Amino acid sequence: MTLQRSGMAAACIALAALGAMASDGPPSLNAAQLEARTQKIAAELRCLVCQNQTIADSSADLAVDLRSQVRQMLGQGKSESEIYDYMTARYGDFILYRPPVKETTLLLWFGPVAVLAGGLAALMLVLRRRVQLAPSNFESDDSEFLGSDNEPANPPPR
Amino acid sequence: MKNLKFIVPLVMFMVLAAFLMQGLKLNPREVPSPLIGKPAPAFSLPRLDDPAQQLGTRDLLGKVWMLNVWASWCAACRDEHPHLIEFSRRKAAPIYGLNHKDKRPDAQRWLEKFGDPYTASLSDSLGKVSIDFGVYGVPETFVIDKRGIIRFKHIGPVTPEVLRDKVEPLLKRLQAEDDSAA
Repeated sequence: MTLQRSGMAAACIALAALGAMASDGPPSLNAAQLEARTQKIAAELRCLVCQNQTIADSSADLAVDLRSQVRQMLGQGKSESEIYDYMTARYGDFILYRPPVKETTLLLWFGPVAVLAGGLAALMLVLRRRVQLAPSNFESDDSEFLGSDNEPANPPPR
Repeated sequence: MKNLKFIVPLVMFMVLAAFLMQGLKLNPREVPSPLIGKPAPAFSLPRLDDPAQQLGTRDLLGKVWMLNVWASWCAACRDEHPHLIEFSRRKAAPIYGLNHKDKRPDAQRWLEKFGDPYTASLSDSLGKVSIDFGVYGVPETFVIDKRGIIRFKHIGPVTPEVLRDKVEPLLKRLQAEDDSAA
């Protein structure tokens, strides 16, 4: 009985392998690979119902549907970029956790870097100017506490 | 020049505040649909009242129509329902219902109970057509013109204000449009 079954299973696997070799498309994925790729893509997609979760994390109805859509498309041999195109055609760039670099997203992508660069430039300018100032522009290192008063600031404990 | 320095942090603060103020006004739930101005996704679905009959995008070319995505399990759909019924009485445009991931008996009972504003409802039991329409928050409402182009989308329950101020003027404008460009 078990022998028969395992024989059947082996035949099925052999047939499936043959099928995979026969098709022109990319080699068909086994279940674990398919799941891993589905998860990888799903982790790049935003769940629009629960906006701060990815489709991989969310258990919302839509997320479940979109995950199965991704799985199905991968099963059909669609490439990752085809799947992203499919999603953005329907839900817009917003569905991508990494929006594409284009005119409208320049500020988003490079704004923080520009602000950081501006801050560093301002800091450099101020420091450089300060180096060139005469010592008289600065307070003396002997501050009032130590200089003018004869008593030590912190009397030693007896 | 020296006095101006004190203004710099103030200006920076004001720029930041302006951005944040703008952010307060934005609604993160309203994701602009990339489908506006694009042809409505082609579909053909069984009618809810008569599953033997199919209805699709192509049958509706040449007229301005509305598509309302609804489900009997959706609480917000019930909130908007009286407004849709009221609107349908004015016959501004046919409203087609896309019955999203629902069970047929449940959907039919729901319409019997609360009234049926739809010219026809179509069963999208797997939610595939909804995905094609980029639906993520039922209810959603679309306006499609004579050439089959999506011209307007509303996410969430429609209000009388939206129907009066946005949908109705748009329908009038679209109905006046020539569909010979199709």
